[in-house]
Amino acid sequence: MQSTTKKVLAWGAVALLALGAWAAIDKMSENKARASQKNLAYDRVMNSNVMNWGIKGDTKLVGAMNIESGQYEGFEIDLAKELTKRINPKAKAELTQVTSGTRVPMLLNGNIDTIIATMTITDDRKKVVDFSDHYFSAGQSIMVPDNSKVKSVKDLNYKGAKILAVTGTNSAENIKKIAPKAQVVGLPDYSTAMSALESGQGQALTSDNTILFGLGADKPNLKIVGGTFTTEEYGMAFSKNEPKLEAATNKALADMRADGSYDKLAQKWFGTVRGLDWKEVTK
Amino acid sequence: MWTLFTENSDAFLTGFVWTILASLIALVGATILGTVFALLQVMPNRFANKVANIYVEIVRNIPLLVITMFFYVVVARMWHLDGFTSGTLGLTLYSSAFIAETVRAGILAVPTGQLEGARSNGLNWYQSMWYVVLPQAFKLVIPPLGNQFISLIKNSSVLAFVAGMDLMYQANAISQTTFDTFGPYIIVAIFYLILTMPLSYYMRHLERKLVGGGE
Repeated sequence: MQSTTKKVLAWGAVALLALGAWAAIDKMSENKARASQKNLAYDRVMNSNVMNWGIKGDTKLVGAMNIESGQYEGFEIDLAKELTKRINPKAKAELTQVTSGTRVPMLLNGNIDTIIATMTITDDRKKVVDFSDHYFSAGQSIMVPDNSKVKSVKDLNYKGAKILAVTGTNSAENIKKIAPKAQVVGLPDYSTAMSALESGQGQALTSDNTILFGLGADKPNLKIVGGTFTTEEYGMAFSKNEPKLEAATNKALADMRADGSYDKLAQKWFGTVRGLDWKEVTK
Repeated sequence: MWTLFTENSDAFLTGFVWTILASLIALVGATILGTVFALLQVMPNRFANKVANIYVEIVRNIPLLVITMFFYVVVARMWHLDGFTSGTLGLTLYSSAFIAETVRAGILAVPTGQLEGARSNGLNWYQSMWYVVLPQAFKLVIPPLGNQFISLIKNSSVLAFVAGMDLMYQANAISQTTFDTFGPYIIVAIFYLILTMPLSYYMRHLERKLVGGGE
């Protein structure tokens, strides 16, 4: 009898602790949101000459670590560096690698000032972050093994089909609507997703065509099929407290489009990709 | 946070079921496998000792995630294994090495006179182990074994990396679609506590019942 009372008390204490932690954390995040000041990052970029960009490190052509040189390379990397220079000529672009899953939390926590990481502008995301004007046009597609009979995403809309995607990407959300009968298998990053595709963990891997082109560049055993079935416009994401930084970035981007340096970058990275017209991405 | 739970309760509960399933399968599998390897380590056969030793040393010195990824991306090329199966297999093998060590320690802690006594009463080595030594060994290792079981449940979160649909996988998915980085993880932490706390209490209870008063 006594031990039952003890148990009830112990469990009550545990429940109380959990509730307390819950309330405290709720309160904390609320306070943090309220306390964050306007244009903090903008002032820092202008004064300390460093702009922190969240970039992709595993997406060839767009943003990837070159293992030999240890440097990040890609269209988004060049764009980020050029935009930084145009926002504040003295500033340097500081690059931090993010994944589709970590980029928004890192932006909101202030680890990075801006996201430039193949991020599609969507209404859901607009509730949480602000987007720049779009700087890139892609479209969702699928990649399958070379010997696969799948010709388009329609061939995957059956029960038992497994489609691989990276969690946190817009593709992972879209595919649920496009092939509702198939199961979406979410993996943490593109390298894991590629290994999973090659090991037969799913019939196809879905992502934006530009990402797939980069991933499949040196993989003759994989092919991209069926063309694109969505339009994905990428935007740079900012905290809602950074209207000035966003405006400065938009202005720099418009300048780059006007003087042709933007087109030059697009041609540099996508001009030689087979099956892709580089002008498509600049739309 | 309550609305976060009610809006995604399907996902959380699905994850809860898969986590329980993976943990149960791995718990039973790892206990059997671990006991077998513990016996191989102590049996009077040099070759068996060696084989068991190599198994335990290799498996317990490789990170769980590496073992799991090995099943998911390497073994899967030969035999098809989905994320859940690879994760559960990885968890079973990994835990079995630790359980083997625990059980072996238990067997060695039983005074040798017990085995000798059993043998001199006409039981063969296996019978003496099974009827005399193992029951005493398990009593001794209940506390460390309980720790292994709790670790096993927590380690089941490795399934998230291979799309095993478990609690952690669901928390990642929900956090990445709702952009809430606190809520989903607090909720799954509570779910893990629901699994591990009663086990922890039960192990204490068992320990008291079996060991207490015996000394």
